Amino acid sequence: MADAHTAAPHGARSHLRHHFASLDAQKEAASLGMWAFLVTEVLFFGGMFAAYIVYRALFTRAFEGASNLLDLKLGAFNTAVLILSSLTMAMAVWAASQGRKNLIILFLILTIVLGSVFLGVKVIEYKQKFEHHEVPGPHFVVPEGLPRQAEIFFSLYFCMTGLHALHMVIGVGLLTWLILRARRGDFTVAYNSPVELTGLYWHFVDIIWIFLFPLLYLLGRHTL
Amino acid sequence: MSAPDGHRHPTLAAYFGVFAALMALTALTVWAAFQHLGIWNTPLALAIAMTKATLVALIFMHLLYSPKRTAIVFASSVMWLVILFVITLSDYLSRSWLPIYTR
Repeated sequence: MADAHTAAPHGARSHLRHHFASLDAQKEAASLGMWAFLVTEVLFFGGMFAAYIVYRALFTRAFEGASNLLDLKLGAFNTAVLILSSLTMAMAVWAASQGRKNLIILFLILTIVLGSVFLGVKVIEYKQKFEHHEVPGPHFVVPEGLPRQAEIFFSLYFCMTGLHALHMVIGVGLLTWLILRARRGDFTVAYNSPVELTGLYWHFVDIIWIFLFPLLYLLGRHTL
Repeated sequence: MSAPDGHRHPTLAAYFGVFAALMALTALTVWAAFQHLGIWNTPLALAIAMTKATLVALIFMHLLYSPKRTAIVFASSVMWLVILFVITLSDYLSRSWLPIYTR
């Protein structure tokens, strides 16, 4: 705020930057900026999806066989957990638009809990992969009856789910920051963009998983 | 529904409806993966995933209630993605057509 000496009351006006005509215009610009960032994220993940498509086209049998070694129950459970966390995140954004402080905090905490459950299940899955020598590298053992290119599938599995999990960890950090700000009473009917933009990020990470789940866990099930 | 101002957020009923649809579609995609559909297993799985992604974007991410330009910006990502996939695949998948390269 340029004219801090005017001591504007802590409310709607104090959040309006001088280069915006109105709070609505400012909100729209912030949201558009977040969407533009998400476009770059689509292409960030897109490179990995391109690698996946190429190697799956070249080594279809290895990919189908290796995919069947993933734990479908845990994968499906995590999908449900993430969808539920998207619902609680949407509710947090809704609560923020109503300026209801306690509800914002409640739904943000629920979202963090569900995100942590997802990450916890991921740890269990990774641990199993290490125990079964299915992690690419010097200790990798080609699963019985599969072409050796199964290792490429597991490389992509760890890169894609790892990058996704990293996004989840960052998301949990953002949610923690939001809770601290919400406790301070920062978010009102007039000003709640941080909650809304973090919501966009969280839902985007959910969308990535919506594609990862069938492509990694389900691709070979019809061959069983 | 897409009024420029005023109702900028969907109703809570819409959120719960989308949540139920996402769960149902997840169950559907798991079931479909075990069916013998020949080459159609993957296209069906992707169609379901795209439906789910569209629901999340339109309702949870408020794209349906946002200015059109926001939707155009996000749609541009799909265009770049298609360019990335098509050019990469046209290289890799056509390599075996020539006798000089064998994998």
